[in-house]
Amino acid sequence: MSTHDPVRFVAKNMRLDLALIADMIAPGSRVLDIGCGDGTLIDHLFRTKGCDARGIEIDMAEATRAVAHGLPVMHGDADSDLQHYPDGAFDYVVLSRTLQAVERPRAVLAQMLRIGTRAVVSFPNFGHWLVRWQLLSTGRMPMTATWDRPWHETPNIHPCTIRDFFALCAEEGYQVETWLAVDDAGRRAPWRRFPGLANLFGEQGLFVLRRL
Amino acid sequence: MVQTDALAKIEHASVRFESPFTLECGTTLPNHTVAFRTYGSLNAARSNAVLICHALTGDQYVAERQPVTGKPGWWEMMVGPGKPIDTDRYFVICANVLGGCMGSTGPRETRPVTAGGDGARPWGTDFPPVTIRDMVRAQKQLIEHLGIARLFAVVGGSMGGMQVLEWAALYPEAVFAALPIATAAHHSAQNIAFHEVGRQAIFADPDWQGGRYWESGRIPARGLAVARMCAHITYLSEEALTRKFGRRLQGAPKDNAEAISLFGEMFEVESYLRHQGSTFVQRFDANSYLTITRAMDYFDLAADYEGDLANAFRGTRTRFLLVSFTSDWLFPTSQSRAIARSLNRAGANVSFVEIPSDKGHDAFLLDEPDFHRTVAGFLRGCAVHAGLTT
Repeated sequence: MSTHDPVRFVAKNMRLDLALIADMIAPGSRVLDIGCGDGTLIDHLFRTKGCDARGIEIDMAEATRAVAHGLPVMHGDADSDLQHYPDGAFDYVVLSRTLQAVERPRAVLAQMLRIGTRAVVSFPNFGHWLVRWQLLSTGRMPMTATWDRPWHETPNIHPCTIRDFFALCAEEGYQVETWLAVDDAGRRAPWRRFPGLANLFGEQGLFVLRRL
Repeated sequence: MVQTDALAKIEHASVRFESPFTLECGTTLPNHTVAFRTYGSLNAARSNAVLICHALTGDQYVAERQPVTGKPGWWEMMVGPGKPIDTDRYFVICANVLGGCMGSTGPRETRPVTAGGDGARPWGTDFPPVTIRDMVRAQKQLIEHLGIARLFAVVGGSMGGMQVLEWAALYPEAVFAALPIATAAHHSAQNIAFHEVGRQAIFADPDWQGGRYWESGRIPARGLAVARMCAHITYLSEEALTRKFGRRLQGAPKDNAEAISLFGEMFEVESYLRHQGSTFVQRFDANSYLTITRAMDYFDLAADYEGDLANAFRGTRTRFLLVSFTSDWLFPTSQSRAIARSLNRAGANVSFVEIPSDKGHDAFLLDEPDFHRTVAGFLRGCAVHAGLTT
């Protein structure tokens, strides 16, 4: 795992958290990016790391945009398409900022670790202090830069906290190979040793899992 | 109707293979002809060839004036200089399918003495049943004849897409990229049903004469036109028909007494379908129509691979792009998605999108900018992986 500042890899329009994920992926790997959007990450992985990177995207317009950029992307979704891939088809299966929006997060994680050696999962942290403070002080569902849609409009049907995710990995028997919290600017945050602080100040969690 | 003359007078560029060609049904053709057209030029490495597979009633005139109808090529929006399949970059080949009527061996061709004929009369309905695989094997012979070991891409819509799938299954090392568009891995019961209506319309025409219509010089124009009208409805969508015609009426055409409606007035959509039918019979042979619709009906790629489509593609290194259209009810998106999932199971590299369109199955032939951008971008990406771009 590289330790240098991931920011130096960032393409001009690439989300910072995607750069952090790219940094965790070994060159030449077979990668499946679930919820790949317009394919920024898979494009980056192919061009800079020689990866065989493919994508699945639920939004048809995004998928079409990705294919029109020459990227191998298919329309599909995490809940119903992973079951069609063979065991061990990929070295890494990436799910960035999508886990909270899938119908069955446990089943999706299980599929990711069936079809891939490693699962790279990032999700917005519902345990962030601002979310907690808003709920406590106003008694209303929080509205922040990250959780920016009213409760009745949001596609995020399964929000979780960094501690929740640790607990789920323990229950399911997944090894957390590495993890980090990312601050509001998408930079690696320095709470590596303190999950409690990470859960309070991390805007999102980023985990690399393996089967035990 | 003098259609047979119009078809017969045209000379098609072709190559004749004198070696015996055994079909899937077991019949051996002592020789056969493949009529084809090419556009652009083959590079020194012979690595930039793109094969286009045409649909049921298509032909090899992809990007130039069709010699029988005088109309533009059927895929000029897709193929040409600067087009998504760019003839400035790629060497584009299209062959008339085996069983066709634009110069390749088919029911219109004289049945050779060595194949049980008298060397004078056409095959007619004695032409052996051909399959999509037979068509593809004939195309493979042509490709080898042109000195091309591997195609950069094989592209086709509808029945052309069936050929693309067959190419990728049969000759995976010869196909770098495969683009099956608006197609399916088998012909559905509904598809077969519509074809059967068309065939019965031809059989019911007294001018069909058991398929020996060359003897009287009259072709089964009514039957073939009805077959085309029925099929044409399946190529459109309710939305497209409503948008183009709605319930508008038009006066009966003055120059065609036969076409005047019994009811005095005619809906525009009726007039349109009649026009589609009557122009079709000028350019297509009824026995070819029977042969090719049957080839489509027989198509079931999974059945050739222990019933599992994934087996057809296991270990393939071909890059796939599947495209379907929202309003296509003849080859619906669910069929393309099923192919995509089989390719996933085979571990193949697959791109798949559904293009929003109200134009029905025919959308793949029409002006659909998102579709064209998708094909262009996919090919550009493949060119990078194939080392074709500088």
